[in-house]
Amino acid sequence: MSSLQIQVRIKHQEELDPDFANSIAALPGGENLSRCIQCGTCSSTCPVSLYMDYTPRRIIAMTRAGFKQEVLASNTIWLCASCYECTVDCPREIKVTDIMYALKRRAMEEKVYPKRFPTPVLAKEFFKSVLKTGRSNEGLTVTWMILKTAPLNMLKQMGLGLKLLLRGRMALGVEKMEGDPTQIRRLMEQVEVEEKKTH
Amino acid sequence: MRYLYYPGCSLKGTGKAYDESLVAVFDKLGMDAKELPGWNCCGATAYMSVDETKAFALAARNLALAEQENGSDPIHLIAPCAACYLVLNKVQKYMAEYGHLREVIANSLKAVGLNYHGTVKVRHPLDVFVNDIGLDKIKAAVSHPLKGLKVASYYGCQVVRPYAEFDDQYNPQTMDQLMNALGADAVDWPLKTRCCGGTLTGTVEEAGLRMSYILLKEASKRGANIMATACPLCQFNLECYQGKMRGTFGDSIDLPVAFFTQIMGRAFGLEAKRIGLQRLFVPVKAAPAMA
Repeated sequence: MSSLQIQVRIKHQEELDPDFANSIAALPGGENLSRCIQCGTCSSTCPVSLYMDYTPRRIIAMTRAGFKQEVLASNTIWLCASCYECTVDCPREIKVTDIMYALKRRAMEEKVYPKRFPTPVLAKEFFKSVLKTGRSNEGLTVTWMILKTAPLNMLKQMGLGLKLLLRGRMALGVEKMEGDPTQIRRLMEQVEVEEKKTH
Repeated sequence: MRYLYYPGCSLKGTGKAYDESLVAVFDKLGMDAKELPGWNCCGATAYMSVDETKAFALAARNLALAEQENGSDPIHLIAPCAACYLVLNKVQKYMAEYGHLREVIANSLKAVGLNYHGTVKVRHPLDVFVNDIGLDKIKAAVSHPLKGLKVASYYGCQVVRPYAEFDDQYNPQTMDQLMNALGADAVDWPLKTRCCGGTLTGTVEEAGLRMSYILLKEASKRGANIMATACPLCQFNLECYQGKMRGTFGDSIDLPVAFFTQIMGRAFGLEAKRIGLQRLFVPVKAAPAMA
């Protein structure tokens, strides 16, 4: 008689990252991570959980347990639309939305996200536009995002762009802040300096 | 009360009609709220996912600029865009709550010659109209009562969550009260604060499109002949993608979606162009009293 065939379905503790939870909990908004009682309110209230590979409740549990790789590679963090429903409803006052932001930033830092996935590209293009002009330029930011992620979609989106243009809802020129936009760059550079000082 | 107006980037782009109609309505109500000189991007959702501290510093720069205009009274900074409203409030709260963050931001601002002491009050125009100006004064300004207009007031996420103290987070009322004061009927519907999809409509279209569609369908089912919004991104998602929704979901959805300030402007008898009605994709003419 052959023996029962088994395989490990989840990781052994020694394969997990023991520092992951602490690094997330240490960020502003992450402080209540360990208070989760796994009630699932966040998952049931989330309007996008139906598309997620791991629901918000599972992401919290996995973050806490140190499933770093799985959490950062999940589509969950990119599907979060920042509606703050989970944050408001959580009976343990966990700022779930802030934790999702922290995980997105970590995934970008460690470069684990689907290739040509538009969300991180959008975020970076947005960042560049603000650094240069002090303002976000919706038209240019979105155009770059499409060109860098799905250039073939450019044609599909041109109809919408044209309609916006005709109605004066998209500026052709670059919107700039009043005054000296280099102050923005200096402010951002100083943030880096100050952060290094306090770490 | 001393007001300053923080439009934010979207109100100079896709949400231009929100900017135009808000300014026109302020003017009609005799409110003095000039644009904050030298304002920059608030940091918004996208920035927050690249570098949180930098996003907060961007937001704080605007608060510092507003504070410079303080006289004997603190400045009330009016932020109509839901994302700006959230981020500006969030940086206030977080600077008070997290000492390390406060220090980094204060030192960074100092390096560019700015200071922020936390005195500015960030306000949403819904709050200002209902709680400062008052519904009586709004009623008195109505020259074209919006008879027969059935409005689904859509607040979206970030106006009421997580920071708004001026209205209920689950069943907000201020926009409904405002619409009733204009002679319209605010429709009772349950999705007032359900997410429209936000930036997902641009990044994961399949998800975003359906989220907006659900809202439009429910509002129509409840008898609304127009939807009122308080956020430029909500308005964009709900209005500009209706053609695509018709193709994707095989539905004949066709509901005008206007900024609540455009609807106010109409009731005040302001000229269509002044309140940006020509900028809408779905013409509001079909809705009663909006022609």
